[in-house]
Amino acid sequence: MGGAGADQETAWRRLMRAAQDGESAAYVTLLRQIAPFIRSLARRRFRDEDAVEDVVQETLLSLHRVRQSYDPARPFTPWLAAIASRRIVDALRRKARLAQNETSDESAYETFADPLSNKDVEAGETAQLVAALVESLPRAQKEALELVKLKELSLAEASAASGQTVGGLKVSVHRAIKTLRAKLGLAE
Amino acid sequence: MSRSTEELIAALAADITPVRRLMPPMLRAGIWLGLFSVLAALAVLVFADLNIFTERMGHWRVAAETAATFLTGVAAVVAAFHLSLPDRPRAWALLPLPPAIVWLGLSGLGCWQAWLERGPGGLGAGQSLRCFLLIVGFSVPIGGALLWSLAKARPLQPVSTAAVGGLGAAALCAFLLQFFHPFEVTASDLAYHLAAVGLVIGSASAAGRRALA
Repeated sequence: MGGAGADQETAWRRLMRAAQDGESAAYVTLLRQIAPFIRSLARRRFRDEDAVEDVVQETLLSLHRVRQSYDPARPFTPWLAAIASRRIVDALRRKARLAQNETSDESAYETFADPLSNKDVEAGETAQLVAALVESLPRAQKEALELVKLKELSLAEASAASGQTVGGLKVSVHRAIKTLRAKLGLAE
Repeated sequence: MSRSTEELIAALAADITPVRRLMPPMLRAGIWLGLFSVLAALAVLVFADLNIFTERMGHWRVAAETAATFLTGVAAVVAAFHLSLPDRPRAWALLPLPPAIVWLGLSGLGCWQAWLERGPGGLGAGQSLRCFLLIVGFSVPIGGALLWSLAKARPLQPVSTAAVGGLGAAALCAFLLQFFHPFEVTASDLAYHLAAVGLVIGSASAAGRRALA
């Protein structure tokens, strides 16, 4: 590793150690600094910027989840790159699966010439689909989504009701919406 | 940086709490295996007939098979603790392979010898079902304890980590079985042993998807 790279590695290692000790400011600095690095790894496999940003976010979430597994005695960059590479593989698999299952049939979307005629039927179907997708979310995410977005409780109220921390609720809601968007094929 | 990534970073930072760093995987595996050994030794001392066991270990093939079974279990547990971390090579999964091949090879050899000595009778069922139930029964608490320990790392590849852990639990249970198995392994026994090991690995993989994710 060159001089600049070695400096960066030392800085990231120090920031990650501080993050493991619960220092929020160090964590924000670290996550902001590593995001471009993850983005550059993702761009080697994806051209679509939305897909690249998905990988960045999934990697940051994974890093957050497994942060206790980082050993400060070992290099940080390979640890981060291994997490990013795992998330890139997952994203590639998801993309391949979608491509395999999707068929393009323009006429299938139109049952009546007037789009408004289909509105009620489609709304019902969409509601059912969304309800099923919400059901399939992990328990914490489902609970967070229901309390914060559907029942519209404040974060403090939702925290009291669920026992999750306010930060945890934000993360769960973010993940839940991201999962739902991905499953519904919607862009960010 | 996209707005949603910036929001995510803010949310993650708001959620940060101090975490206890995991010990190195070799040390964690050592502690786990140490605890297993203490409990297994107690079970053997209380329930097993050590005279019959010592007599059986006098036969080189049975002794080597028992050692290979134990080594498969140890290697798989060590491998699983390494696989639970993001930056350790996936090649750790191959560690239990050599002793597992020796274990299965020697078991197969035992069946073949039994067939040569006793003819078709040597292929029949010994106490196959009992062995099957013992391996599966022991594997539930042992595999459960192992998955619980592995879950602390929140593995990024929960299924493969749990599968290797399952092999470790099943092999250690098959090793324990040697203390409660005062007879030669027949082909039917071997089939039941393999089925039990397969069932434990399959269950661990299925459980791993939820328990370790």
